[in-house]
Amino acid sequence: MVKKWMAVFVIFICCLIINISPTENQRTYAFSNQVIQIGSVGDDVIELQSRLQYIGFYNGKIDGVFGWQTYWALRNFQYEFGMKVDGLAGPATKQKLINVTKYNESYVKEQINKGNSFTHYGGTSIENQTGNNGSNSSSQQSSSNKPTAANVPNGFSQNDIQLMANAVYGEARGEPYIGQVAVAAVILNRVESPSFPNTVSGVIFEPGAFTAVSDGQIWLTPDETAKKAVLDAINGWDPSGNAIYYFNPNTATNSWIWSRPQIKQIGKHIFCK
Amino acid sequence: MIRNLLIGLLSVAIIGTGIWGYQEHKEKNAILIHAENNYQRAFHDLTYTIDLLHDKIGTTLAMNSRQSLSPALVDVWRLTSEAHSHVGQLPLTLLPFNKTEEFLSNIGEFSYRAAVRDLEKSPLSDEEYETLKSLYEQSKEIQDELRKVQHAVLSNQLRWMDVEMALATEEENVDNTIIDGFKTVEKKVEGYSEGDLGTIFTGMNKKEEGFQNLPGKEISKEEALEIAKKYTTNIKDPETKVTESGKGSDYEFYSVSIRDGKNEIDMDITKKGGYPIWVMNHREVKEQKISLNEAGNRALAFLKERKFENMKMFESYQYDHVGVFTFVTSINNVRIYPEAVKIKVALDDGTIIGFSAEEYLATHNERSIPDPVITEEEAKEQVNPNVKIMESRLAIINNELNEEVLCYEFLGTLGNDTYRIFINALNQREEKIEKLKSAEPIYEEIT
Repeated sequence: MVKKWMAVFVIFICCLIINISPTENQRTYAFSNQVIQIGSVGDDVIELQSRLQYIGFYNGKIDGVFGWQTYWALRNFQYEFGMKVDGLAGPATKQKLINVTKYNESYVKEQINKGNSFTHYGGTSIENQTGNNGSNSSSQQSSSNKPTAANVPNGFSQNDIQLMANAVYGEARGEPYIGQVAVAAVILNRVESPSFPNTVSGVIFEPGAFTAVSDGQIWLTPDETAKKAVLDAINGWDPSGNAIYYFNPNTATNSWIWSRPQIKQIGKHIFCK
Repeated sequence: MIRNLLIGLLSVAIIGTGIWGYQEHKEKNAILIHAENNYQRAFHDLTYTIDLLHDKIGTTLAMNSRQSLSPALVDVWRLTSEAHSHVGQLPLTLLPFNKTEEFLSNIGEFSYRAAVRDLEKSPLSDEEYETLKSLYEQSKEIQDELRKVQHAVLSNQLRWMDVEMALATEEENVDNTIIDGFKTVEKKVEGYSEGDLGTIFTGMNKKEEGFQNLPGKEISKEEALEIAKKYTTNIKDPETKVTESGKGSDYEFYSVSIRDGKNEIDMDITKKGGYPIWVMNHREVKEQKISLNEAGNRALAFLKERKFENMKMFESYQYDHVGVFTFVTSINNVRIYPEAVKIKVALDDGTIIGFSAEEYLATHNERSIPDPVITEEEAKEQVNPNVKIMESRLAIINNELNEEVLCYEFLGTLGNDTYRIFINALNQREEKIEKLKSAEPIYEEIT
C-alpha cells in the first residue's frame, strides 16, 4: 500500500516538475522535414544537438552548427539504437530521437539569445544547467534570430575573413562581383607564392603592396558583398587565373607593372602573373 | 585704438598658428622617424640573417656526422623563413625582387626536405651536395651585395622613406643607392640558371602542366558560348560576351559573361577541349527552402549530367543560405583527394550558382592505383593509441613534398576534436594529420 502511494507521489512530483517549465514545452515540437547532414546550420540543428545532449550523446556546445562532434554523437546514437549508421538525421532517426528524448525549446532558445553557456541534459533540473557568463544586455536580445556560431573554411578564422574583406572592399568596391573575388584570390595566391609573405596579414600589410593599405581605405567598413567574395575565393574560386598582381591601367604610376605577363581584365583591373 | 587691438589679435593668431604648425611638424617628423626606424630595423635584420644563413650553409657543407646535419639544416630552414619575413616588411613590392625571395624559399624547401628525412637511411646524394654548394655560392653573392648596400645606407645616412617615395612616383634617373643595390642583388640571383637547383623543386608548375595536357581540340568562341549555356539554367534573353585570355596566361581560355536581369554569370572555359574551369552566378539568395542534404543531391546530379563520373561528396558547409560542397573522385572506394570539384548551391531554389573544377582539371588523369603493401591493421598501429578511430578508408593525397601517395585515411577523435590521419599504405609513414575545424563562435560587434 505504501509503495503504491509512493508511486503516485513520484508521478505527481514529475508532473509538477514538467509543469514548472514554460508552457511551450508541452507542445510536441518536432523537426522540420529536412534531412539534416553535416555542415548544416539552423533551428533543426539546435534541436538535434539538444536532443542528443538530453540522452548524453552530445557533450559539446549547442550552437546550431552541425560539426564533427555532432556528427559522431549522431552516429553513436544510431549505433546504440540499432539503426543504419550514416550520420544523417533522416525521418527514422528524427522519429526515434523524438520518441526517446525531450526538447525544451523555449529554454534552449532563451539561453542562446542571452548568450549564456548552458547544457540540456535530461534528468537534471534546468536551474543547474545554466552557467552565467553571458551578458544580458539588451543588445543581445535584439539579435534573437542570429546564430551564435558559423561554419568557417579550414585554415581560416572569421577574423582572417574580415581582414581580407576589408582589403577587398578598400581595393575593389564598385568593381563587378567576380572582380572582387579575383582580388581576394590574388591575396590567397600571394600567400601560396614563394615570392611573398606566407600569411594573409603579411601579404596585405606588405609595405606598398596595396594602395588601399597605404592610403588607409582598408579601414572602411566592408559590405556583405566583399565578405561573400572573400568566402568564395577561400572556398576555391579563382577568377583571376592564378594571378599574383593586378593594377588599374588608368591610375598605375609604376611602369614595371606593365612588364608583367597579363592574364585577363576584369572590370577596371588587369590581372597578371 | 582699434588698430592696435587688431594688430594685437592678429599677432596672437599668427603666433598661435606658428606654435600649432610647429607642433604638427614635430608630430609628423616623429611618425616619419618611427616608420623609418621600422624599415631600418627590417633591413638590418635582413642583412644580419643573410650573414647567418651563409655561415650556416657553410657549416652544413663541412659537416660529416648525420646527427648534427639534421639540426643544422633545420636551422637553415628557420633562418630562411626569418629572412623571408624581413623582406616582406620592406617596401620592395614595386621593385622586381621576386627572384631573391624565390631563392630564399628554395633554400628553405631544400633544407626542410633534407632535414625531415632520415639521413641515416638515405644520406645526402652527391647531387644534393652539389645543390647545397651552389646555394652556398649564391648566398655569398647576396650577402656581399646586401653588405654593400648596408654600408652605403650607414655611411650616407640613406632613408628608406625616400626609397618608398622614389618607387611610388618612379621618377626617371633617380640616383638611389638602395634601389640600385637591390636591383644588383636580383640580377645576380637571376644569373644562376634555374636548372642549378636540380630537379628537386617541382610541384610549383604542376598545375599549368595539367592544363596544358588536357585532351581535345581547340574550340571557337561560339562553341565556348554553347558550352557555357549548358552550365546555366533559367536564363532568358541574356546579354553575352566572350573574351580571350591575355598573353600572359600559361594556358589559353575564354571568359564568358552572361547577364540577364536577375543573374550575373561569369565563367572561364579552356580553349583546348572546352572544359569549364569555374562558373559563378552572383545573385541574391534571400531565404532557405531546401535542405543542405537535398542541395547536395542536386549538386551530385549536376555533376553526373556533365560526365563527372565516380564523384563522392567529401565536405559540405552551409553559409547563410548557400551550400558549398566539395566532391572528390572515388575509384574502387579509393578517394582521390587532388581531384576535387567545388559546387555552390543556392538553398532557395536549389540551382547551382557556383562550380570550380580547377584542381580537378589540373590533376585528373588515367591513374593506376597501386595495391597497398601494408594492411589496415598495420597502418592502425602507426596511429596514436589515444585517438579513437571512427572511420577508415583508402585515399590518394598530395603529401608535404607534393607527391601523390596512397594512404590509409583514418577519421578519429581525441577529446572533443576530430582528426584526419593519413598513413602511407606502402611504407607505413605518417604522411599528414589534420585537425578538423569545428564551428567558430561569432564574436558579435555591439551595434
